[in-house]
Amino acid sequence: MNKTSLSKRFFASPYMIWAAIFIIVPLIFVVYYSLTDASGAFSLEYIKDIGRYRDIMLNSIWLGFIATIISLVISYPLAYIMARSTTNVQRTMMMLVMLPMWMNLLIRTYSLMILLQDTGIINTALGFLHLPPLKMINTDGAVVLGMVYNYIPYMILPLYSIMAKLDHGLIEAAEDLGANKLSVLSKIILPLSLPGIASGFTMVFVPSVSTFYISKKLGGNTVSLIGDIIEMQFKSSNNYNLGAALSLVLMVMIIICMAVMNRFTSDEDDGGVLI
Amino acid sequence: MKTKMSPLSKLYVALIMIFLYAPIVVMIFFSFNSSVSTSVFAGFSTRWYTSLLHDEGTMKAVVNTLILAVSSSLIATVMGTAAAVGIDAMKSKWVKRTTMSVTNIPMMNPEIVTGISMMLLFVFAAKLVGVVDALGFWTMLIAHVTFNLPYVILSVLPKLRQMDPRLPEAAMDLGCTPVQAFFKVTLPSIMTGITSGLMMSFTLSLDDFVISYFTQGPSFETLPIRIFSMTKKRVTPDMYALSTLIFATILLLLVALNLSQIHGERKLKNKLDKGVSE
Amino acid sequence: MEDNTIISLKGISKKFDDEIILDNIELDIKDKEFITFLGPSGCGKTTMLRIIAGFLEADSGSVMFEGKDINNLPPHKRQVNTIFQRYQLFPHLNVYENIAFGLRNKRMKEKDISKKVEEMLSLVNLKGFQRRNVASLSGGQQQRVAIARALAVEPRVLLLDEPLAALDLKLRKDMQVELKNIQKRLGITFIFVTHDQQEALSMSDRVVVMNEGQIQQVGTPLDIYNEPKNAFVADFIGESNILDGVMLDDFKAKFSGAVFQCLDKGFAVNESVDIVIRPEDVDVVPVKEGAIIGTITSNTFKGVHFEMIVDIQNFKWMIQTTDYYPVGTKIGIEIEPDAIHVMKKSKYSGLFGDYSSFSDELEKLSDLTEEED
Repeated sequence: MNKTSLSKRFFASPYMIWAAIFIIVPLIFVVYYSLTDASGAFSLEYIKDIGRYRDIMLNSIWLGFIATIISLVISYPLAYIMARSTTNVQRTMMMLVMLPMWMNLLIRTYSLMILLQDTGIINTALGFLHLPPLKMINTDGAVVLGMVYNYIPYMILPLYSIMAKLDHGLIEAAEDLGANKLSVLSKIILPLSLPGIASGFTMVFVPSVSTFYISKKLGGNTVSLIGDIIEMQFKSSNNYNLGAALSLVLMVMIIICMAVMNRFTSDEDDGGVLI
Repeated sequence: MKTKMSPLSKLYVALIMIFLYAPIVVMIFFSFNSSVSTSVFAGFSTRWYTSLLHDEGTMKAVVNTLILAVSSSLIATVMGTAAAVGIDAMKSKWVKRTTMSVTNIPMMNPEIVTGISMMLLFVFAAKLVGVVDALGFWTMLIAHVTFNLPYVILSVLPKLRQMDPRLPEAAMDLGCTPVQAFFKVTLPSIMTGITSGLMMSFTLSLDDFVISYFTQGPSFETLPIRIFSMTKKRVTPDMYALSTLIFATILLLLVALNLSQIHGERKLKNKLDKGVSE
Repeated sequence: MEDNTIISLKGISKKFDDEIILDNIELDIKDKEFITFLGPSGCGKTTMLRIIAGFLEADSGSVMFEGKDINNLPPHKRQVNTIFQRYQLFPHLNVYENIAFGLRNKRMKEKDISKKVEEMLSLVNLKGFQRRNVASLSGGQQQRVAIARALAVEPRVLLLDEPLAALDLKLRKDMQVELKNIQKRLGITFIFVTHDQQEALSMSDRVVVMNEGQIQQVGTPLDIYNEPKNAFVADFIGESNILDGVMLDDFKAKFSGAVFQCLDKGFAVNESVDIVIRPEDVDVVPVKEGAIIGTITSNTFKGVHFEMIVDIQNFKWMIQTTDYYPVGTKIGIEIEPDAIHVMKKSKYSGLFGDYSSFSDELEKLSDLTEEED
């Protein structure tokens, strides 16, 4: 037995080398570029420069957070309904939720743009009804809508999978002990689905905060997110050092947000093991 | 308890589905518009489909996307499966935990950070060896393999954990060499994990825009990159036509997959029913 | 006469997908009694329990609680509580919070809750376990927490759905005694469901034997054992040789080609009946003194006694003796009048009570499939 497992361990070697070169080293480069200037000399100039983008960063986090909360509020009842329906309905709904996810993000965002344009279909319809047109495109609201629209499947799926696993007997036990529908929800279903909420939160929040295409298409020139600024440094301004510094900050910010989130979700269960 | 949906639940589900599908439906609708407008339907036409099929750049991008997706997912599946087997057999907790944390990085990191970090590496390396146009197929392939690897590892590892570790031992007891035992016993029992890892890699690679965007060069354009540059300018409805075709392809594939799944389950059920009556 | 019925079931029927699970169940359950639904898996006993708890609705009939119809009362408003088969402890709450769960739903003051939890923990011998995580408890401890949790809300009736099935033999025996003690001490009604006849006989005041959705017999454990109503009950409870017989007259039965004195009467002359003889009630005597004669085909040492399969006119009897006889020996058999139990013919006649295909292993296999449900 020892002989075979000894050789098996080396199966991971190519991957470990690959991961070192293409996962670890690039991250070191991010740090390296953010701490040097164009000539390669050590410099804190770019890290200091970041202060100028404080408002954009806060706005990115704020919009991403709003989008995540909206997704959660919409998805939670849906996931519950899905988990409690018959197998065939579950299968169909899963497919319907996943299908838009298989469409490219660019296409999905673009299709949303068609709807929201000043001369788009919604405003045309309003015009027919002799109603004043709505300003939708190039607003914060449009950007948040784009985030929700693009990433909501990532919230629905983990919530659904944890609720489908939820032991119905626990709900019966709670009812048996005098809990009404509301307390079953707040005392049993909600705490037991916290891991699903946490992973859904991560899966929506991270891409929302760091997006640049959604804000470009739906926010126009009026809404800029940190993703847009980073993209600009690499694709047009060619200021890699500033781009790297901003990315580093983005990464750190997300890690902090996730740490806060994890604290929040694991505080409730009092150190209990969630099965 | 599986129950029928209440009318209120049905309404709720319907509203969400409308939200998810309305933009797509509108887009499909206007892909058949004879004018360029995206708000007024002037008449039915397939002109945008014809113009799309004659657009060489787009057709080239479709082929490129498939080449990249097939090659990157195959490489990631082989390397990732081997890695999973290796990680599963690791004795040292510390090495195992470190490897898994590193594996999680590309999944947790924002795509844009993964993209620019690799771009920095490639640009730096190119400068070092004096190559001018380093970004292209090879850099994209490396990037795609890198972000596919965690998905393969994470879908194979659970299957390895579920497998009874005594199974390969039983095979060896019955005369297999360790290598034979691996191919005849271990590999078949983790096959579902490997295929789902492969499928996931393939679709992720097809779909990826952000990471490709930062590691791509003008010599090799994939479909998402092509769509990006098309949507940069004022858009003509051939973009809608392209999207409609993509949507239809995905829909067909998913329905086929689902039907074959249902069919497979029925077959299994029939078999079981027969087994009971026998 | 004082009417101390707490729950009465009136004509309860239930179908799942056209399969009849419960068929017109009529039963009065008395206050403060320990009553057990006993039967093989699929007999409807758990369904009956879930209807009483309110998790299922009967297709027809009604559940009366102290004379009031509670069919439309949701589970959280019923004065009955359940101990579930797999306990269903809330994994995200510790022991204290699990037990306090029902009390909080009653909006009790924290001080009273804490007192009550303490009291319940000492009742189930788990003092000091308040802060423990339920996942870290052993099966027996989880069982005790489940009992404490249900009893904390002071139910009038406690429903127990095969609560001991998941425990090992030794623990199960201890818990049987403990449950019985708790029931006596608190003086509340226990409705217990099990497929284990030994468990049912040793704990219950009354046993309800069920099969195929119908009540086969209701009675004290002694009644059920000594006076089974039909071949199903006789076979399900303990070991029985069930023979075709004829009542020649009151107190006179004929079976296996011989006439025996018995204590039963009130049958028609020459009525066909089923005769039950328990293996331990057969006396082995020398061949020439025996009323009937058989040949031993197998003999197994069981510790307290020998268990022999004896061929008597091609019918295989099970006989338990303390003396050893080698296989192949011819023996005589004598049966005392009080060892013979006569039953009316039923739809179960001829299905049970012959040991020709008997083996310990088969018995165990059928037990296993029963527990799987």
